[in-house]
Amino acid sequence: MKFRSQQLANGLEIVAECDDQAHSTALGFFVKAGSRDEDDTVAGVSHFLEHMMFKGTPTRSADDVNREFDEMGAHYNAYTTEENTVYYAAVLPEQQAAALELLADMLRPSLRADDFDMEKKVIIEEIGMYEDQPPYCADEQCKADHFGSHPLGRSVLGTEQSITELTVEQMRNYFERQYSARNIVLAAAGHVDFEALVAQTERATAHWNDVTPQRQTESYRTTRGACRTMNKSSSTQQYVLLLSDGPAADDDARYAAKILATVLGDDQGSRLYWELVDPGLAEHCSLSHYDYLDAGLMMTYLSCPPESAADNLRRVQAVYAAVEASGIDDAELARAKSKISSRVVLSSERPRGRLFTLGGNWLQRREYRTVRDDIDAVAAITADDVADVLRRFPLTTSTIVTVGPLESL
Amino acid sequence: MQPENYTHTLDNGLVLVAEPNPSLESAAFTFLLPAGGAYDPADALGLNSFACEMALRGAGPRDSRQLVDDLDALGVERGEGVSVEHTNYGGAAVADNLLPALEIYADVLQRPHLPVEQIEAGRQVVIQELMATEDEPAHKVMVELKRSHFPSPWGNPSQGEMASAMSIDIAQIRAQVARCYRPNGTILGVAGKFDWDELRDHVSRLFAAWESVEVPRPAEGPTNQRVRHIMHEAHQTQIGIAYASVPYSHEDYFCAWGAVGVLSGGMSARLFTEVREKRGLCYSVQASHQTLKDRGAVLCYAGTSADRAQETLDVTLAELRRLAEGVRPEELDRLKARIKSGLIMQHESSSSRSSSIARDWFHLGRVRTLDELAAIIDRLSSDDINAYLERRAPRDFTVVTLGPEPLEMPL
Repeated sequence: MKFRSQQLANGLEIVAECDDQAHSTALGFFVKAGSRDEDDTVAGVSHFLEHMMFKGTPTRSADDVNREFDEMGAHYNAYTTEENTVYYAAVLPEQQAAALELLADMLRPSLRADDFDMEKKVIIEEIGMYEDQPPYCADEQCKADHFGSHPLGRSVLGTEQSITELTVEQMRNYFERQYSARNIVLAAAGHVDFEALVAQTERATAHWNDVTPQRQTESYRTTRGACRTMNKSSSTQQYVLLLSDGPAADDDARYAAKILATVLGDDQGSRLYWELVDPGLAEHCSLSHYDYLDAGLMMTYLSCPPESAADNLRRVQAVYAAVEASGIDDAELARAKSKISSRVVLSSERPRGRLFTLGGNWLQRREYRTVRDDIDAVAAITADDVADVLRRFPLTTSTIVTVGPLESL
Repeated sequence: MQPENYTHTLDNGLVLVAEPNPSLESAAFTFLLPAGGAYDPADALGLNSFACEMALRGAGPRDSRQLVDDLDALGVERGEGVSVEHTNYGGAAVADNLLPALEIYADVLQRPHLPVEQIEAGRQVVIQELMATEDEPAHKVMVELKRSHFPSPWGNPSQGEMASAMSIDIAQIRAQVARCYRPNGTILGVAGKFDWDELRDHVSRLFAAWESVEVPRPAEGPTNQRVRHIMHEAHQTQIGIAYASVPYSHEDYFCAWGAVGVLSGGMSARLFTEVREKRGLCYSVQASHQTLKDRGAVLCYAGTSADRAQETLDVTLAELRRLAEGVRPEELDRLKARIKSGLIMQHESSSSRSSSIARDWFHLGRVRTLDELAAIIDRLSSDDINAYLERRAPRDFTVVTLGPEPLEMPL
């Protein structure tokens, strides 16, 4: 396992974790472009643009892009978050050059108007699909309420209206601004020929523009304590989301926050599991930690019958009050470490699993961390570290959004 | 040289199949028990799902909490569920923790407490899972599609129904576990890093005293209504389409599988291209091959806005019918490339292999190695697939739709 990195003259950075024993090669372009880089006039453009990248280039049709990926036997896709858009492919090592050539070409798309109009329909269908699944409505609303005017409160998908009104010119302008070489990291994991990767990327991206992108990171004041009810009479279950602050991506306390989330809100064997799920009071209740450049989130997700939602919410709050008062015990700490380490090992066995960690770490911190670094960081956490997280980021003050049959909670 | 896989059958019938991969740091296991939804009594659908929910609430020397805590301490990433044929319990962990984890599961399968004082809690879990499905229209339409396509018990919803979930009692659960949790018919698949002699001896010791029980295959009921609409207030209409195919053990299986791959393997496949890329009709459209022991089916799904659902149904059905005209060699070549790289990448994960080899044993009575699979895929030609499609063109469609308005069925 060997880490390599290089920055090209146009500003594009390449990072790789090379393992000659691996059976496959995973490649991904990580672009610093997400909903936080949008404003109301282009809400949802980052995600829409992600779809348009598969619609072809001056030398390839949309059919060509999909067909060529399939011909090389690639396992490929893309996704968009609040902060990043990622395009990736996992292939056999002998396809490294072909996969890179296609991915790099894709990232200079034609953005043809007729493709744009056709794909707009698909995006609106995707929004409609999520609207029929109640928890997703709550998720976006809760982030909007919690972050207020901070850019992390923006919706990734946008709305049917914002997508309908978006023009292809607006998308082209956004692309020019965000898809600068300096705003993109190429990550590679598994069986990687690094010299060949660098040489080829240099040629393939020489014409990419090199503007200095601007992203505002800013401190924010959350509207904690707000509680919103979204009535959806067609829903069967009641869904409740609680957001409170947590350690951001550059905060070493994030490992303690992961442990805290595992102790309190893992799918199985956590305090919320025993309090709510095991006795059958809730279908699901979990706590997760998410980290962004300038903010962190602790997100509680509860789904249960509407009639028991208020009581269950009180139980969640009581679990949080108890841990803030008394902390976690050594046995809980040890179990959480074991679970997290096991997950790190299992998810790292595949190059495509390592790819996202590698690219994510570089985007967030320009840092390379081995699997062992992460396991060691988790192993070093003490119950006092977890107590510190709770002092800095109390779970008992949160933004709450609920969606379901209830008119009020 | 190390063999590609090992098998060992206990006197009571339990089969252990194992595929070593010493390059991994992990090991994974999959228990397939002959306790699928098809073995639920007609008046207690979901009984095996309920039993699965109860089985982890204490077993052997551990109560419910101790059992979960001990699995967590071993870092076992676990999952369990009930399919038509099986109840499965699976997990993955760092290699050193494989044998201790199997020891806990030996208690779960042979000595579950099934505590009466927890049955109401278990019932609430089962009921809530049923209610959650109501909020997942894409999932719900596929449950209903299977119910329409397969005769009972093969189409029964394994997760059960509200009425049975309300009425099942602890005596029924205990009787079902006594009948269905048995070594004959149980397959344990293990993959990853392990020592075979140690694993075989450990498993033999843990399960030697488990007594076999003879249970007949369930009798088949009548076929259900094959075309129907379910009213559902939503933006989108969900469309499920099914047609008959061959099972995994059939000599034509890979032809059937290849034909489905041309429909729906990769983004250049026909359904994605025709329904989504060319017409922008939906976000999600797909088809997959499902196999039971003695029959198979192709199940298709599409979800789209109610006002575009008719066109989506028409275009999707047209694509299914067009399959009878045959597949082109280049379509098959793409599929082969994708599958061959997928097979090689399976070497990188223990979890996917432990369940694959257990399923191989169920269907074939042996394990197909990844090399053998690659050779079969290599040999497959578009002529083979087209000859198969001539014999068995997609037809006699089962169609279930779920949404605000019924569609015209162009059948």
